[in-house]
Amino acid sequence: MYSVLKGASYILAHTPDMVIHNGTTQTTQRTIDPESEYLKNLDKSLRTYEECKAYLPNQTYIGNMTPQELAGYEQPWFLQKSEHTEREGKFGEIMPEDEFIGLIAICDVFDLVKLEVNFANTVRSKLESHSLINPALLKALEKGVALPEVKQLIEDTRVEPLYFNGNIVGCIKAAHDIDQSLSAHVIFENLVSKASCVLSLLHLIGKTEVNAEEIDYVIECSEEACGDMNQRGGGNFAKAASEMAGLVNATGSDVRGFCAGPAHALLHAAALVKSGTFKHVIVAAGGSTAKLGMNGKDHVNKNMPILEDCVAGFAVLISANDGVSPEINSDIVGRHTVGTGSSPQNVISSLTAIPLEKVGLKLSDIDKYSVEMQNPDITKPAGAGNVPEANYKMIGALAAMRKEIEKSQLADFVSEHGLVGWAPTQGHIPSGVPYLGFARQELMDKKLNRVMVIGKGSLFLGRMTNLFDGVSFILQQNSGAGEEKSVSETSVRKLIADSLKDFAKHLQGDEG
Amino acid sequence: MDLENQKRVKALAEQYGPENIIVILGAAEGEAAGLAAETVTAGDPTYAGPLAGVQLGLKVYHVCEPEVKDEVDSAVYDEQISMMEMVLDVDDIIKEMSTIRDEYCKY
Repeated sequence: MYSVLKGASYILAHTPDMVIHNGTTQTTQRTIDPESEYLKNLDKSLRTYEECKAYLPNQTYIGNMTPQELAGYEQPWFLQKSEHTEREGKFGEIMPEDEFIGLIAICDVFDLVKLEVNFANTVRSKLESHSLINPALLKALEKGVALPEVKQLIEDTRVEPLYFNGNIVGCIKAAHDIDQSLSAHVIFENLVSKASCVLSLLHLIGKTEVNAEEIDYVIECSEEACGDMNQRGGGNFAKAASEMAGLVNATGSDVRGFCAGPAHALLHAAALVKSGTFKHVIVAAGGSTAKLGMNGKDHVNKNMPILEDCVAGFAVLISANDGVSPEINSDIVGRHTVGTGSSPQNVISSLTAIPLEKVGLKLSDIDKYSVEMQNPDITKPAGAGNVPEANYKMIGALAAMRKEIEKSQLADFVSEHGLVGWAPTQGHIPSGVPYLGFARQELMDKKLNRVMVIGKGSLFLGRMTNLFDGVSFILQQNSGAGEEKSVSETSVRKLIADSLKDFAKHLQGDEG
Repeated sequence: MDLENQKRVKALAEQYGPENIIVILGAAEGEAAGLAAETVTAGDPTYAGPLAGVQLGLKVYHVCEPEVKDEVDSAVYDEQISMMEMVLDVDDIIKEMSTIRDEYCKY
């Protein structure tokens, strides 16, 4: 039986200070021209936590609004007022920066994070009221140090300072004096990724009926690499995050594929569950500080707030068929292969039309496509266009070339089978996965029959190949056949014993 | 334009002579195509990359412009580009590219 999509969680951490100090657009600019007007005025373009929460795409990401509701608002969305301003959502939360720094300190198990004592105490008292943070984890925040000590560390050693509201509130130390793979910069990025992954895991467990102890395996699929100089990228974020989230019976591993990582990881998870190897597998990822404010210069030039001010994360639970949740149809899998080529039509055909054709389906037989769901508010002012819309137009154009629709029906195809984008531009985060939470509900409500999830990755960025990459799979309504019941040895013995007793009685009856 | 690509364009222009180079773009929008064209003609408008302040003035076309399309085997063009041609705002791209070429192209 097919595995099922049992739940999904989505989190954001509002991190404006990390935009200034850790986003690569800003750090590059600081290297080239530290006195630039862009850097001098950057803080004026950053949003407050309240503004970040009241942003329509963010409220959609955490599940308080549907993509269809978001589409009802005129773009650009940063100019619109949202009815929703909640921190908590159906799928997760938007965490403020001070609490997120606290969570980073909690996720540090090598005494590399030093927080100023007053800041640590304030954050600890805030996190005490967080329903998902285990009080035992808060002990990590009892080791605050005096501010002069933090400042001394910043002066004397190569550390990454931690800022909140523009003030130094702590720092992250290097884990090795020479090893660049364990530098303060790398440790910082990795702890941010780990912490946002952990928060996603906590929400997933908190919002599904499956207990933490029941999770067998976790696949982490971010775009960071942890390891030392002898095994850079050795891993394992999955197990590190699982430890923090209390998944005591789980092990795991990391899967990488640039933005396509989550789709690859979901295929792995679906196969592990369908084969019966594991019953509950989580696919999860934290976010990237590098991509904060990536398009900041364009946003500032156009008098917009910097919209890339959140670290994002997600977690998805793939489980054995429960007879209710949507199934992952692993018989319809699209693959961009080595021989596919790099032209857009070859790429999009390999992921959509070709796998569908094999099972006699047309492009229009998919109710909704979940593609690269980047928020157009972020990408359009940067000259990158409306990414999801461009993907839908390509699928529609392919349908027209295949004579499945008329060319004049292209716009209708896009609106009928597409969605607006709402996800932050954190690489792997917008790629196919942001719609899973909504898709699960709509498939269970019988509003949709089939959804195709597409993940695409720009492998050439790693300079190891010029190839592009991508995989796709189908979510479908549950066939309703119910959970597979495995027959235990004990129950077989009991059945045989009962039959033998009946047979013996029958013989006795014959004799009587 | 990506800093690494700027470096490669600069190196190739130096190696083969700028008059012998044609840059073919595949950007999905007029604005993005225009920015890339500006970078290889008038210099990097963001002043971030190796082409900042370097006016190479190279010949530059988008793959959907007729000058390029007419040079390509129609069957190959159909297989590789026609779907994107249907999706892109080709008129807008041509307008942007022509403006940049008229102003900055030296060859």
